[in-house]
Amino acid sequence: MDRSAGPAGPGTLDSMITVAHLTKRYGRHTAVDDVSFNCEPGTVTGFLGPNGAGKSTTMRMICGFTPPTAGTATVEDVDYRRLPNPGRRVGLLLDAGAQHPGRTGRETLTLSARTMGVSRQRVDECLDQVGLNAVAARRRVRAYSLGMRQRLGLAQALLGDPRVLILDEPANGLDPEGIYWMRGLLRDFADRGGTVLLSSHLLREVEAVADRLVVIGAGRVVAQGTRDELLAGAGTLVRARDPEALRAALDRAGLPVRSSTDGGLLVAADPGDVGQATADARVALLELRPAESAGLEQMFLALTAGDSVREAVK
Amino acid sequence: MTTDATPRTRTGSPPAADRAPGMDGHRPDPYARPTLLRLTLVELRKLADTRAGYWLLITIALASAVIVAVMLFTAPDPDQRFENFFALAQIPMGILLPILGILLVTSEFSQRTLLTTFALVPQRHRVVLAKVGAGVVAALLSVLTSLATAALGTVLAGLTGDGGAWSTDASALVGAAVFQVVNVALGIAFGLLFQNTPLAIVLSLVLPIAWSTLGAMIERLHRAAEWLDTGLTTAALVEPPNPGDLDGGQWARLGVSVTVWVVLPLVAGLVRTVRREVS
Repeated sequence: MDRSAGPAGPGTLDSMITVAHLTKRYGRHTAVDDVSFNCEPGTVTGFLGPNGAGKSTTMRMICGFTPPTAGTATVEDVDYRRLPNPGRRVGLLLDAGAQHPGRTGRETLTLSARTMGVSRQRVDECLDQVGLNAVAARRRVRAYSLGMRQRLGLAQALLGDPRVLILDEPANGLDPEGIYWMRGLLRDFADRGGTVLLSSHLLREVEAVADRLVVIGAGRVVAQGTRDELLAGAGTLVRARDPEALRAALDRAGLPVRSSTDGGLLVAADPGDVGQATADARVALLELRPAESAGLEQMFLALTAGDSVREAVK
Repeated sequence: MTTDATPRTRTGSPPAADRAPGMDGHRPDPYARPTLLRLTLVELRKLADTRAGYWLLITIALASAVIVAVMLFTAPDPDQRFENFFALAQIPMGILLPILGILLVTSEFSQRTLLTTFALVPQRHRVVLAKVGAGVVAALLSVLTSLATAALGTVLAGLTGDGGAWSTDASALVGAAVFQVVNVALGIAFGLLFQNTPLAIVLSLVLPIAWSTLGAMIERLHRAAEWLDTGLTTAALVEPPNPGDLDGGQWARLGVSVTVWVVLPLVAGLVRTVRREVS
């Protein structure tokens, strides 16, 4: 099969990862509660939520590691556990720490390559692609930093030349340069028709690369849509030298103030309306811009606030 | 609040990512299920590719050499015969092979490499079959090694004294092979069942000894012990005279004890491993 066109070869489906009503209960605790979403080819889907929200459990259910209590998940329309040679279809990075410390980086990849029936050159290519040089590849994983383990895990995910990548917190442990590099790699993978699902608990990290966002909190999907959809309609962020005057001006114009963030106000209105209202009231502004992620961040903070307590007692 | 410094441009990706995928598409069907042979070869590779695994293999090979050397110095000359060297070499290997079997399984749990192993082969029973296959190959190779060390010992015995008789039976070889395959399979079974290295090692050593002791001490257990004590039932496989030359009753007892100590734990461990949540 000629797949040189990109990760999306022939037979690409509308939805490469399909999650339908996935639920996982442990005793009385519901870790994942009726989660549904799709990942389309050519897109990066950011799976966003605070720690303990159910991201990893959902991903493990997609890949057949955890049996769901209810609901289904398919990759390329097939139950993951029914894929004959899954490494050639789906690249997984669920936990960079789950590598044998006594094996060298190259040996770790070689074992996977042999299992999948992938050539030895491909091991070198992937090591090269993730920036692990020959010296690093000869070293045992024990001596790797978390960032190097993430790179090795990413190399392992790419090894089978898959069309789908499922990555759990891949940016953990990477330095800023590494995070920037990884975004480029994932963007490129998606632009060539591949499908990426990556999770993170950091909004910023996901926002920079994802086309679509699925936000999860306490096991439930609280928002999902394209990045632009979720960021649009977030209102306007405005900041003035005199916050009280600003507030009064907005109230007079009847523009609803949703919340305030570090000195600025988040207003549910267009920047034009806000600018007009403040100009009419002769209030000097320090900042006026579309709120973009501020709205999402508010929602996210609200989610995290409740969860941090839960996380602490876990 | 500052805007993110990273542009979402499509030209910003590093050159390393430019490689077009699909360069491995030369095989007839890269999406076909990996064969059990391929998986077994991978499991064999895992036995040797860490320092711990490598040195365990060396130790198993050395164990037979050490016992042969000890015999050369201590045993009376007429006893320094090939069949005796070969029979005695089985004992230390028989202690180490269960540990090899256990580690083949439990290191995947303790190092959490199952996440990768089962990601690539989600039909988990096939991984277990491959591990059993690799264990059997390792057991047979260790028997071959002991053949070599026994031969070397016999040559040395002939050079240094009156020993060095070469007579042996094919049944001795079969007996040793069965003995070591049972040992490695016991390790794999206990590893699968307990999924924890120290627990599996301790129980694989303690339980059979405890059972043997009870069987020997308590009169009413004598008859049960004859059928269930692997120490007794496997003895005929390797112990002189006529190792490996079992009659029907002995084979039956061996079969029953192996069913209880190896087959049942293996099946239970397989079920536990297939159902288990991996995280």
